[in-house]
Amino acid sequence: MGLSKITKSDKYRMFVGKYGIGVVLIIMMVLISIKEPAFLKPTNLINVATQISINGLLTYGMCLAIVAMGIDLSVGAQLALTSCVCGYLMSNLNVNVWIACLAGVLVATLFGFVNGFLIAKFDMFPFVVTLSMQLIIRGLSQVISGGKAITITNTTFKNIYSAKFIGIPVPIVIFVVVTIIMYIMLHWTKFGRYIFAVGGNMNAAIASGISKFWTLVGIYTISGILAGIASIIFTAKTGSAQSNIGIGYETDAVAASVLGGTSFAGGIATIPGDVLGIFIIGFIYNGMNMVGVSSYYQSIVKGAVIIIAVMLDMVLNKKNH
Amino acid sequence: MAEKTGGNEYILSCEGISKSFGGTHALRNVQLHVKPGEVHALLGENGAGKSTLMKIVIGLYSQDEGSMTFDGKPYQAKGPVDAIKAGISMIHQELNPEPHLTIAESIFLNREDTRGKFFLNKKKQNERTEKILKDFEFPYPATTLIRNLTLAEVQMVEIIKAVSTNAKLIIMDEPTSSLDSKETDHLFDVIRDLKKKGVAIIYISHRMEEIFEICEQVSVFRDGEFIDSKPLNDVSREDLIAMMVGRKVENIFPKVDCKIGDVVFRAEGLTGKGFKDISFEVHAGEILGFSGLVGSGRSETMRAIFGLDPLESGKMWLNGEEIVNRNTREAINRGICMVNEDRKNFGLCLHRSIRENISLPSLPARQKGILLNQRREKAECEEVSKTLLLKAASIEHTAFSLSGGNQQKVVLAKWFLANPKLLILDEPTRGVDVGAKSEIHTLMSKFAAEGLAIIMISSELPEVMGMSDRVIVYHEGEISGIFERSEILNGNVTQEDILKKSFGV
Repeated sequence: MGLSKITKSDKYRMFVGKYGIGVVLIIMMVLISIKEPAFLKPTNLINVATQISINGLLTYGMCLAIVAMGIDLSVGAQLALTSCVCGYLMSNLNVNVWIACLAGVLVATLFGFVNGFLIAKFDMFPFVVTLSMQLIIRGLSQVISGGKAITITNTTFKNIYSAKFIGIPVPIVIFVVVTIIMYIMLHWTKFGRYIFAVGGNMNAAIASGISKFWTLVGIYTISGILAGIASIIFTAKTGSAQSNIGIGYETDAVAASVLGGTSFAGGIATIPGDVLGIFIIGFIYNGMNMVGVSSYYQSIVKGAVIIIAVMLDMVLNKKNH
Repeated sequence: MAEKTGGNEYILSCEGISKSFGGTHALRNVQLHVKPGEVHALLGENGAGKSTLMKIVIGLYSQDEGSMTFDGKPYQAKGPVDAIKAGISMIHQELNPEPHLTIAESIFLNREDTRGKFFLNKKKQNERTEKILKDFEFPYPATTLIRNLTLAEVQMVEIIKAVSTNAKLIIMDEPTSSLDSKETDHLFDVIRDLKKKGVAIIYISHRMEEIFEICEQVSVFRDGEFIDSKPLNDVSREDLIAMMVGRKVENIFPKVDCKIGDVVFRAEGLTGKGFKDISFEVHAGEILGFSGLVGSGRSETMRAIFGLDPLESGKMWLNGEEIVNRNTREAINRGICMVNEDRKNFGLCLHRSIRENISLPSLPARQKGILLNQRREKAECEEVSKTLLLKAASIEHTAFSLSGGNQQKVVLAKWFLANPKLLILDEPTRGVDVGAKSEIHTLMSKFAAEGLAIIMISSELPEVMGMSDRVIVYHEGEISGIFERSEILNGNVTQEDILKKSFGV
């Protein structure tokens, strides 16, 4: 009974199950490039990669929360708060750029910690906690900015988005570095295993000596840090700090995680899968724009692609689960 | 109605009922005959087949063979709703009330009073409920929320609900397990009342005193077989115990004798939820068996020792040093490991790989800087899988893909890798196939011989008697007996003696 032989069809199925979402990505790229050959030009691809770095960072945090059977709905508002803190410090108090950035990320980290603390300590539902925190954080950023956009003239800061590091735009460099760190953390460290265990079976994790509290706090704190960094990129891109940015960004982060194979049942996700999901979402926006689909339809297409991709994934993985 | 039963004096007759799950027979050609107005006890060890038979009666399972008649007619329920319609209600041991409903809503659930087709008629429903509650002298109004009632009161509501559906037979599964003596007396008054009204009751309990107090007929089951049915006036407690024992010894590989070393773990006066004043010690190389009925507090004691549940009082020593385990991490670091009885909920992350499951508790000791030493992890997992004869194509497959026996081996592997000094095994061979069972027994002997102290909780008497150097018996949260291996080997202590202690006889 226990001895199961791996047949050829099993191997095929496992391959498709593992890389099916990659196939979806390639089909998408082919279809868009047939309609609009400029899509595959390096300048456009680099453009896409730069744009997705923001959603990419948010997706990793969201992915961790979903793996632990939670969700982080506060990330969109976190973008606004860090943006306003940075802008206020730089433009109104003339604080050094890097200190302002550090302060902004620290504030997001703190709110991430609060999310995790409330969820882990009081067993509150992540949906409720992070939804409420979303309101609080959004409100705070309005208080800080006075509801007005704070213009940022500092070129060092704006260069964070536009500068290049050995020929590669800085946002891509940040995205790649964070991706590598997240990969190592999730797949090569003790903490990564604990995240999977807590999400896969909380009772078994506790019975194996794992601290539920610190694992959950860690997850939401990391989500906060990543949202803070994403906000710096975002703010540098627009050149102004606003309290109304990032509305709905949690949706794209959830979408990319789910496309990447992160299971809402908990305990299952991979960073390479997330990367694919992030690119699919990025290509939907970019491809639609290039093909000339109105933004009204883009949202519909995005929703449809997610449903189809997830269904495809379920069908292909049926025997694997 | 009474005439309808005709020549049949029984309200419920089950004849030749068989049921198997997979390859194992849960019931083999059993019978049960219950008369109207009779309180009929079902007695048997854990796993004797009582629950399976009751689940067939209320339609949760369907039998493979056999037939039933109820109230003089052939009877077969497709589900509990069917059973209730026919006149059979079951009051489960773990009451599952809807805490946010009122008493009236709970009693009339699924058969609400309505105005027209769609709208509820709460007024009428409440009035009807008030009337029923009055009959039972139930002191609360119909609009009381279930969550404001005590457990005994919720149980009473369940009984009232059963009676209000005109049940002719009510099945009560361990109804007194969470009642105090006053509440129990009240329940018995209600049962006597029901009897007078001609309602038959099937009473499942492990408490001998209660069975002799309230029941008039008893049917005994063992290993899925019907043993006998007798009026309680004709039997003694000892007779009943003798009818229950004699479970077949299957694939037990008795412990190989080895040198018993120093005391590894000692407990004194441990008290917590479900157990009281527990003291014992376990030596290196020893397998200490814990016998008793399910729910007698054995698992609860071990969970508290392992740091899963809080301990109210008592002291513990490991290798002579007094210890307190505030959580499982502290216990594991000290070398106390526990294989939980509930493999699915407390043992495995089913959708993660075998390797990740095995190494989970030992990760802190397998670090290389901030990273995991994955090469060492893999090698160790491969090795321990080999030692435990784990049958898997690869340790990278999910635990979900394994059979029950191999899943249990993954759980064992996980704790062997954590370098235990004291290994607690709660029902180590439950739900495990015969081959894996004997392998697990052989492994236990082997690890004991290497100096490990092992505590084994088992509800299978042959297993506990064959594997243990000493057997501690629990009865209702307290130690009721301790037996030595030598006494068991020379036949001075039999299954019957252990079962008597379990039942507190």
